[in-house]
Amino acid sequence: MVTEATIENIPASPKMQKFMRFWRRFARNRLAVVALVFIVFEIILAVFAPYLAPYNPYKGDFLATWETPNRLHWLGTDDLGRDVFSRLLYGARISISVGVLSQISIALIGIPIGAIAGLKGGWLDYIVMRLIDILSSLPTILFYILLMVALGAGFRNLLIAMTLTGWIGIARLVRGQVLSLKKTDYVRASRAMGAGTWYIFRKHILRNVMTPIIVSIALGIPGAMFAEAGLSFLGVGIPAPQASWGQMIGMYQGYIRTAWHLTLFPAVILALTMLAWFLFADGIRDALDVSSNSSNAD
Amino acid sequence: MLRYILSRIAGLFGVLFIVSVMTFALMHTVPGGPFDALALEKQQMIPENIKRQLNEKYGLDAPVWKQYLLFVKNAASFDFGYSIMYPNRTVVGIFKEQWTYSLQLGLLTFVFSSLVGVGLGIAAAVKPNSVFDYLGTGVSIFCLVVPGFVFAILLQVVFSVWLGWLPTGGWSTPRHWIMPVLANSLAPILVLQRYTRASMADAMRANYVRTARAKGLSRARIMFVHVFKNALTPLLTVGGPLAAGLIVGSFFVESIFRIPGIGFYFVTAIGSRDYPMIMATTLVWTLIISLAYFITDLLYALADPRVSLVKEE
Repeated sequence: MVTEATIENIPASPKMQKFMRFWRRFARNRLAVVALVFIVFEIILAVFAPYLAPYNPYKGDFLATWETPNRLHWLGTDDLGRDVFSRLLYGARISISVGVLSQISIALIGIPIGAIAGLKGGWLDYIVMRLIDILSSLPTILFYILLMVALGAGFRNLLIAMTLTGWIGIARLVRGQVLSLKKTDYVRASRAMGAGTWYIFRKHILRNVMTPIIVSIALGIPGAMFAEAGLSFLGVGIPAPQASWGQMIGMYQGYIRTAWHLTLFPAVILALTMLAWFLFADGIRDALDVSSNSSNAD
Repeated sequence: MLRYILSRIAGLFGVLFIVSVMTFALMHTVPGGPFDALALEKQQMIPENIKRQLNEKYGLDAPVWKQYLLFVKNAASFDFGYSIMYPNRTVVGIFKEQWTYSLQLGLLTFVFSSLVGVGLGIAAAVKPNSVFDYLGTGVSIFCLVVPGFVFAILLQVVFSVWLGWLPTGGWSTPRHWIMPVLANSLAPILVLQRYTRASMADAMRANYVRTARAKGLSRARIMFVHVFKNALTPLLTVGGPLAAGLIVGSFFVESIFRIPGIGFYFVTAIGSRDYPMIMATTLVWTLIISLAYFITDLLYALADPRVSLVKEE
């Protein structure tokens, strides 16, 4: 019994050690830790928004429209008398879930496509690469806008549009890594010993591509938030009654002379959130990658 | 070389073909045509028979593939038809009149961001860990995390609303140019600063620089003759596409500062399903950006003899 338990513990403990090593390196980067705290705080606020928001973000108070920040409405109210602070809290839900969910679906589609193209090669690889060439020749933002207009504004369609354009990057990354790893001695040795493609992929390749994939996903989250804000700003992202930071900025930018608080607060919170996610992603990259530490130094 | 150029030109046509088919298909999958959008905007119904006549007039009653063939035939002679939203203006006419604004905004942005981006990049590389290095890092982080439209809003709040120094929008005098150019410069400054710094650092570590230093050449001579020449040529590869991206206009900056450029017109065209405008803008964008990559590659091969575009057998 005892021996069984210890044997079970052995594979878990190096993993734990690895994580602790990663955490120690991450924690050395003060900025990244501060960013992480900010992100966690914001996620908590977003999750508990229905309990924390002082007002209903969708219900207007027609006796309190266009109010500047005051004691009752900390960040003021908009044209319909909706509380800006409550709307910002709900906006955090949109922003964070678009950032995270889009990266998950991009990874779920991009990684297999890149891996299969790289492993199988031949005509399959050729088709995938030409498709990537064509899609990347379109200016990204133009493609986004056209897709969103075709699909219609909305949360789900936003995720679809982001996945349709975003899988290219991660697929190209995985394919490139697979191609270079395929040539390494240990993969060739494994193949010579009779290992199958799937076994090699799982055992040797996936482990080595994980680091660039994690970095690309971490950097992709603020990228997706950026895109959501931009599209909502243009009016093709998150549709009107819902609250999105970009959309709030877009809707009220015309009133900046009379009601600056309606655009300033979402703008500031959007910028701070993006900063936090980028610093966090940067910290992850530095903590994961030994070689980037030395190259960043110069 | 000639073969290379010809194959690139063929590729360019391929891309234009695919992009035009994709845009055309996407546009026509959208429920509702331009006249539904018009009715929605004016808050009034357009009678069915009038809508039918309008669709007939603009050729929108034909099957989509027929419409596409007609479009290609006309586009080949640079005839993109009349805008649906501005029925008295041709698409080419709109481009001719409005592009000046986008062009001015783009060129001013390019000059400004080159000065700032390349300047900060060089300063950071020449004096690492100096004030300039930190300033450069700070500026580039700012450019990375603050979306251009957010920066535009912040500028408007501070300089127009609170201080009242600058107008919130328009393009008539140089005073109107300051904020749009600043807001538009974020992304280009980021790219140029990072690229310049990395490229300078590479060049300064090169063997020929060490040799030059060992020979006792002056620092200025090493910088101007050895480092700059080698470090700044690769900048062509980012500068070309960057400039192309800028002169086609900006959706965000143009609509925030109410500059009547192509980006502004494109955003309104999408909302109002102005098919001819959308097609023309998409194709011009793609053409200019692809051409920029092509020309950049050629220039780079000319500027740096170590680069060869043709694969050596």
